[in-house]
Formats: sequence, C-alpha cells, structure tokens
Amino acid sequence: MDRFEWCDGNLYTGEQLVEQQTGVALYDGQEKTAFEIGILTLTTHRLMWRDHRNRSCVLCVPLSLVVYLEEQPSGFAKSAKIVVHLSPAPSQKAAGPVSSSNQSFVRLSFREAGEKEASIPPRHRPGIVGIERSLDQRNKQMNKNISHAFEDLSKLMEKAKEMVTLSKTIATKIKEKQGDITEDETVKFKAYLLSMGIPNPVTRETHGTGDKYYTELARQLASMLAKPIEESGGMMTLTDVYCRVNRARGMELLSPEDLMHACELMEMLGLPVKLRVFDSGVMVLQSQSQNEDEIVNNTTALVTEQTSLTAEELSQLVGLSVVLARERLLLTEKLGGVCRDESIEGLRFYPNLFHSSEV
Amino acid sequence: MRRGAGIGAIKNKNLAQARYKDKGTEIAEDQFSQMTKQMEVFKKNLEDFATKHKDDIRKDPQFRLQFQEMCASIGVDPLASSKGFWAEMLGVGDFYYELGVQIVEVCLATSHRNGGLISIDELRDRVMASRGRNSQDVSLDDLLRAIRKLRILGNGFTVLTAGSMQLVQSVPGELTMDHTNVLQLAQKSGYVSKSQLIKEFKWEEERTRRALEFLTKEGMAWVDDQGGSERLYWIPSLFPDVKSS
Repeated sequence: MDRFEWCDGNLYTGEQLVEQQTGVALYDGQEKTAFEIGILTLTTHRLMWRDHRNRSCVLCVPLSLVVYLEEQPSGFAKSAKIVVHLSPAPSQKAAGPVSSSNQSFVRLSFREAGEKEASIPPRHRPGIVGIERSLDQRNKQMNKNISHAFEDLSKLMEKAKEMVTLSKTIATKIKEKQGDITEDETVKFKAYLLSMGIPNPVTRETHGTGDKYYTELARQLASMLAKPIEESGGMMTLTDVYCRVNRARGMELLSPEDLMHACELMEMLGLPVKLRVFDSGVMVLQSQSQNEDEIVNNTTALVTEQTSLTAEELSQLVGLSVVLARERLLLTEKLGGVCRDESIEGLRFYPNLFHSSEV
Repeated sequence: MRRGAGIGAIKNKNLAQARYKDKGTEIAEDQFSQMTKQMEVFKKNLEDFATKHKDDIRKDPQFRLQFQEMCASIGVDPLASSKGFWAEMLGVGDFYYELGVQIVEVCLATSHRNGGLISIDELRDRVMASRGRNSQDVSLDDLLRAIRKLRILGNGFTVLTAGSMQLVQSVPGELTMDHTNVLQLAQKSGYVSKSQLIKEFKWEEERTRRALEFLTKEGMAWVDDQGGSERLYWIPSLFPDVKSS
C-alpha cells in the first residue's frame, strides 16, 4: 500500500485510458482500508483509484511497479478480486496515504464485477502484433459463433423434420377419414401446418370454408384498396397491390401467398373488389363496379378518336400501367371493338371497321 | 369350429370391427395430441433459436442460404405465410417480402428502357442502392428466392438463364429458346446482327428474323441502322455501362 501516491487524477501527456470500473475497494494485503468505494482506472501508465464521494481523493501507482497479477474468482458473499503484486517502492516518491507497509501486494475488490476487463495484463501495449492478435481473436470468436449457429440450426431442423413427418401421417388420416378427427381439430391442424409452412393438399381443398385470417385479410385489403383501384381506372395488378400494401405496412409484411389467398376469397365474400385473371396470366384486382362493356366501349372510342393506339400510348392517355393497357386492348379486340396491326414497331390497334362502318 | 356362421358369430365380428375402429380413432387422437405437444416444444425451440441467432440470419447471407436449404430439404417453406412461425419469430419473411417489393419497384422503373428484362447483377446493384448503405447484404440466392415468391402473383417475374448470365423478366410473355439464345450471343458485345446469328446457330433467315422481331416488338431489343453494313440489334438489359447510371 505504501507504493501508492496522491495525485490529481489528470492524465499525463501521451497517457491513455484503457479501462474503467466503478465500485472497487482497495485492500492493503489482506486488510481492508478506508478506500472502500471508488472508481478504478487503468491507463497506459498507471493504475488509479478515485474515491466515489470525495472526488479529489485520488491514488495512483505506476504500472512499472506492477510485478504480477493474480485473479481470485468471486465466491459466496465474496466479490471477485485481483491481487496486484508490487515491487518495493522507489526511494523518491510523492507522498501517499500510507508511509510504510509490510505487505508487498494490494487487492482490488470488484463489487460491481468488471474484474475480467481490468485484468488485461498491462504489458500488452497495443502494437501491430497486438492489433493482429485481437483481430485474430475476434475472427475466432465469430467463427465459433457461426458454427454454433449452424449447429443450433441443424438441431432445430431435426425437430422440424419430426413435425413434418408427424403432420403427414395425420394428413393422410384426415384424408382417408380414418379416425374421426373433429372439425375443431381439423381447423387447429390446418393452423399448425400454416405456421410450420408445410404445404398440404388438405389446406387447399377446403379453401372456401373460410380461414379466419384470410377472410379478415381480404376484407382489410378490399377496404384499403377500393379507392386507389377506382382512381387508377378500376384495376390494379397484383404486383402493384403487393408493393402498395407492403409499403403501407412497413412491418409485418404480407407474403405473396397470403395476398393471393386473400384475393381469391374476395369474390366469395362479396367485396367491392375481386380477383381477375386475364388470358395472358396477368392477375389484377378489379373493382366490382367495373363493367366490361364499358371498358370495351371506352377503349373503342379512344382508339377511334386517335385513329390508332399502342398499349404504351393508351397507358399514357388513361393513366394505366402498360400491362393493364395492353390487357384492355386485347379484351376489346376479343370482343371485336378493335383490330391489330402487328409489326416490328410493336402491337398497334386500329378501329374495327367491319364492326363500325356501314358498308 | 371357430369359424362359426351363426348370428352370434356375425355379432361378434361386428363387435370386433367396432372395437378396431375405436382403437383407430384412439390412435389418431393420440397422434393429434402428440402433435399439439410437439408443436409447443418446437415453438419453444424456435424461440430459443430466434433469440440466439436472429441476427445471424438477418446479417449473414451464407447462413440464410443454409437455413433455406435445410427448410427445403425437409419440405417446409418458411416464406409461405407471414403468419408462420418462421416469419414471425425469425423475421425471415419480412426480409424476403421487402426484397420482393424492392425488386418489383426496380423492374418497373427500368422496364421502359429494357422492355422488362434485366440482368440479375444490375437488379442486385439497383436493389442494393434503393436499400441504402446500412442495410444487410443481399446475395443472389436471396434475390432469386424473393423472385420465385413473386411468381404466384401472375406470370410476370421469371428468371431466364442465358449462358452464364441470369436475366429477370418482369413482364408477362414467354421467351422461347431462340430468344434466350439471341440474348446469350448478345452478352459479349451488347448487340447482335442477323448474320452473326445465322453463323453462330446455323439458323435459317426466317427463324432469325422472327426471333429478332419479337425482341424488338417487346421492347427488349433496340434497332441500330448506323452500325455499318448491317442492322444491329442492341439489348439494353445487357448494356455494360448503363449499370452505373
């Protein structure tokens, strides 16, 4: 303890802080001292202790005096300690709290933990090797984490596999109507499959019976989209819907499958929008008020007015996406309103003169 | 003597059958309650796993790939429903769904230039740009998975392989082998000409014309009449330098 000297707690030029820990008590050898609660600071040059209440009470010992560190792990009702063995005090030394002591070591008692950080041997000054070493250590740690993660993943998948096998036996049971599983249980079972993401024919067959989640979702989508769909000319492609809905949600996004299921239910639920699949495979949500004849008449009128139109031109005229404009034209063509001119410049539609002019 | 044919025997037989049926029901019920139990256990496991490794899955594309492959191997689709355990607890769903949204947006934004055909590398660059700098890394596998999910929303979004290159088609319409062959040939320089195609694939004139006209009509190829002796067809999706623009 006699190695300690009073100081002002300021760092020397070139001295850097390494670690700090609150709630540290100083022991002179085995004996308790008056320095009970304080902040221990490890710098590149010194070990400092500052009293918790009386901030001007600061002790320090130069690291050059530190011979050896020893850890004493915490025990029952005993906090972890680090024993700092010190070499004899130099003859010329600033005044300290104790002028002489027969103990050659002090103990630092860590009442608020943190002994691990503080016990970094002060000899390891950061150098290139030191940096390399710490990087290496970090890499090792990371690799360990990842391989841990993979291991955990394999275990988890093992469990999942069991679930899949089990669910398959049950599914066949339900299908063959062996063992009368009640309606209630079937619903529960379906929910399980859904949660696990197990594709199953059972879920698809009985689609119409109304999965609560999907009917709710369908209603929600319909009320949310009715206006935007009306504004964009009565139709919206499912990919647009997907983007719009998920952008609006921001979190807990919808999966394409969920969206699809919900849209399939819309017509059955009598909602103001419904799913429509075009011959080309394009899927749209269409507002119920949208009238096919009206579209055809409008499109025919537009084409006649402009003498000819491509999908791109129509899309700009009415503010639709090109894909939808093309569908409109194709639909109109199918019903005889317009006829096509296919060339290298793309597909262009002209009024159907056979239909309109009286020859 | 045991095979009696009297009324008693028939009754016995019926009784036995009824018993079998009961037993069957019992077993099925057992299995069901077993599943309920296992489900709880599994959920717990997944929760533990999620607390430990959620970040790994989010941040490490390699780990994500492993996870997806393992799911596929046991026949589970973690992305099927946003109400699934996987999506809810691990957050894998949101990652891919969001990626899906970004892919759609990028494809729409570029379709006027490339006719709805975009190379997967360009798509990745653009998606990364729209995600901002601080987001997680996205691997090609992630992109392909997200695209595969989008496919059920109508028949847009197909991944074409032309030679070593993968292209994403975001507009409906089927490309034939001939068309992809043209795209493959165009990879080297960004353009093709009729004579090149005829020489390379030994196609007849008519076949070449059809393939090129289709691509031009769909807006996937651009015509260049100033390229010398012959008309050149440029494929904007393959322009090497527009990527950075």
